[in-house]
Amino acid sequence: MTDAKKPETPAKDASLMPPVDVIEDAGGITLYADLPGVPKDRLHIQVEADTLTLEGEIVLTVPEGMDATHAEVSLPRYRRVFTLSKELDADQVAAEFNQGVLKLRIPKAAHLQPRRVEIQVA
Amino acid sequence: MLYRTLFPRDLFAELDRLQREMQQSYDLSPNIRGVTRGFPAMNVGGTPGSVEIYAFLPGVDPAGLDVQIEKGVLTVTGERKAGAVPDKATVHIDERFAGPFRRVVSLPDDVDPHAVQAKYRDGVLHISLARKAATQPRRITIE
Repeated sequence: MTDAKKPETPAKDASLMPPVDVIEDAGGITLYADLPGVPKDRLHIQVEADTLTLEGEIVLTVPEGMDATHAEVSLPRYRRVFTLSKELDADQVAAEFNQGVLKLRIPKAAHLQPRRVEIQVA
Repeated sequence: MLYRTLFPRDLFAELDRLQREMQQSYDLSPNIRGVTRGFPAMNVGGTPGSVEIYAFLPGVDPAGLDVQIEKGVLTVTGERKAGAVPDKATVHIDERFAGPFRRVVSLPDDVDPHAVQAKYRDGVLHISLARKAATQPRRITIE
């Protein structure tokens, strides 16, 4: 008889989708993400090829023996994946994380920045 | 002992119920207040000695937060300022909550409104309310 254990991965990978704001200006893209409950050292930002992955683990100070009676934040993890477009410079991503709000700045590649073309009047 | 048939009497009604339950669990039903839940999201828990409330309030200045307890009801109010959008910028995604908010939690009867602690860390407001000593379980020694 084999012990039919459920594979652990699907439940383990379950995560919340953090809300984000994405604002684009001429110089690049600014992304804000709400990740309340995530300490700085539990936040992982990864850029691989053209995929940006945000992951954070929620750490709450919970007293011993607490029973959760009502949970709206029901999973201890946030995760969201974005595809970056080609003109963004993934090597120049700057991140700030303050009180649960992540601010990411992804500039556009220098040669793709808008340039003003002077019009010469003949 | 109740006998339960292997096949429900009305298969189609059962399927219907199953489908409805699945729909509810995905919770994409249109709501007049939108699909977003209240802000801040809250988790509530309890231990024999305390009631713990967690309000998920990322990026809110704790000085602008107001927590009040009145007649057994706890109210969290405040405002989250919208980020400034620079000129000539395009907003592609706008999901984060901005504006004034207010959430109300009714507390159990045995909470002591004078023994409250509130801490703000990593964007979470943690309110810990002690229960009154008189209502805590006591072991009575038999003489």
